[in-house]
Amino acid sequence: MNLFAYDYMVRALIGATIIGLAAPAIGIYLVQRRLSLIGDGLGHVALTGVGLGLLTQHSPVWTAVVVAVLGAVAVELVRERGKASGDVALAILFYGGISGGVVLTNLSASKSSRSLVSYLFGTPLTTSAQDLVVVGILGAVALTVALLLRPWLFAVSHDEEFARVTGLPIRLLNLTLAVTTAVTVTAAMRTVGLLLVSALMVVPVATAQQITRGFRATMYLAMALGVSASVAGIGVSWQADSATGATIVLLSIVAFVVVTVGAGAARRVRAGRPSSARRPQDGATPDDAAAEPHEVVLGR
Amino acid sequence: MTLPHPVVAVDDLVVVYGGRPVLRSVTLHVAAGDVVAILGANGSGKSTLIRAVLGLLPPRQGEVRLFGTPLRRFRDWRRVGYVPQRLDASGGVPATVHEVVASGRLARRGFLRPNRQADRDAVAAALADVGLTDRAGDAVGTLSGGQQQRVLIARALAGAPDLLILDEPTAGVDAASQESFAVTLRRFVGRGGTVLLVAHELGPLAPLIGRAVVVHHGEIVHDGAVPEPAGHHADPDHEHVHPHAPYDLPGLWGTP
Repeated sequence: MNLFAYDYMVRALIGATIIGLAAPAIGIYLVQRRLSLIGDGLGHVALTGVGLGLLTQHSPVWTAVVVAVLGAVAVELVRERGKASGDVALAILFYGGISGGVVLTNLSASKSSRSLVSYLFGTPLTTSAQDLVVVGILGAVALTVALLLRPWLFAVSHDEEFARVTGLPIRLLNLTLAVTTAVTVTAAMRTVGLLLVSALMVVPVATAQQITRGFRATMYLAMALGVSASVAGIGVSWQADSATGATIVLLSIVAFVVVTVGAGAARRVRAGRPSSARRPQDGATPDDAAAEPHEVVLGR
Repeated sequence: MTLPHPVVAVDDLVVVYGGRPVLRSVTLHVAAGDVVAILGANGSGKSTLIRAVLGLLPPRQGEVRLFGTPLRRFRDWRRVGYVPQRLDASGGVPATVHEVVASGRLARRGFLRPNRQADRDAVAAALADVGLTDRAGDAVGTLSGGQQQRVLIARALAGAPDLLILDEPTAGVDAASQESFAVTLRRFVGRGGTVLLVAHELGPLAPLIGRAVVVHHGEIVHDGAVPEPAGHHADPDHEHVHPHAPYDLPGLWGTP
């Protein structure tokens, strides 16, 4: 059985590779700002765009991009104000997005609930050559922003207040990240679907950060994990005849659990072995961690 | 010939926070090369004062000028280095010491500009200045509180600022890191730098401070020499460790 013997498999694998790289590359900034669920919310909003495309007989991907980008700008403006009521505003936006998508799709000529399900959960094996071009363009945009703007997006995600005092264009960077998130979500809807795309943005990052020491290393490892899960997920789902998008996400979560258990075990082994640094000799200068009361040692 | 502008000029500043005036008509001028400490109890308004100077809190009334330019038109942020009280590493994604310090260099590097040799050298110099060169590749989260404070100072120094603004740089920091911090600050002042810092107590920084401003209930009640500590804080054996509650007893000023 050769995976590459069929054109549709090759297209599915190329699409999955692009998404596997792009989703965690943007997702790392969202995880760092504790906005892990934003991708999910924008997926809901994008569904209204899909419905709009089906109703007006335009390409649902492009209408989804437009609606998701508008939603992302709205989300960022709400977040910037930082009001407690913003939480409710976001909830209304997200539920409005998914309801709008369902209503518009039902109104459309096709009246097919099957097409809606394919956008919600992804159908990579039916990716056409035209779909692949769209995914390639959107994925390239997301990757370019994530990689080229890393120093600035890192600064604003790591410590927004400091970045402001550094004179960085905070609002432009935040809007760029929000819009790129929307682009990534819509690019991924063919592969993992709008309801599961957020998982591919978040889970590989959560896995990588348990064994890395730096931001750049976390980003690259998360991208490698994202590609592995996507490609393996396509292979497994083809063999087992399982839902592809969900298989990709489940494989990512398996990797997360394995790494979490492994990293925890490694930490326990290290903790059980007393090192000279942990127990300074009498008369030697103790290192800072040992000299301080442990409340101020910020264990992160 | 005109007189040089003060580096920081705060005139008749009123800041209202949550409907309550936190600063009432504060006026403070800091000249180039000055080392000024803002002292006061928790809740006195001293942190609010520097946050307003940095433009992080909007004034209700009055004006702040940096290097002679009103804050709303000020764009030369590369001249200002800010050291917050603690690292606000929000998410769980780790960052190395080098990555955090390099983010401070962006003030000089500019937006969308390549990373030049001068930028790499400045980051390396800032790391060496605070004695963390050998920890450059470690995750910031694995460092002690004192070492993290030094990372934040290196981040500000990487942008080669003319003015350093520090919020409680020695709070919760062990004595060794405080000494190391005083040495770094002395070198910065020796290069002609201006310093405005907020402190609960000065510790090893005291010899560096040229002028102390004491804020009490949102007003400046003292501007001049560093006041002598009073009450239980004067005891040399006093262990100054506070729980980080929103308010605690007034310490250096207005001891009950």
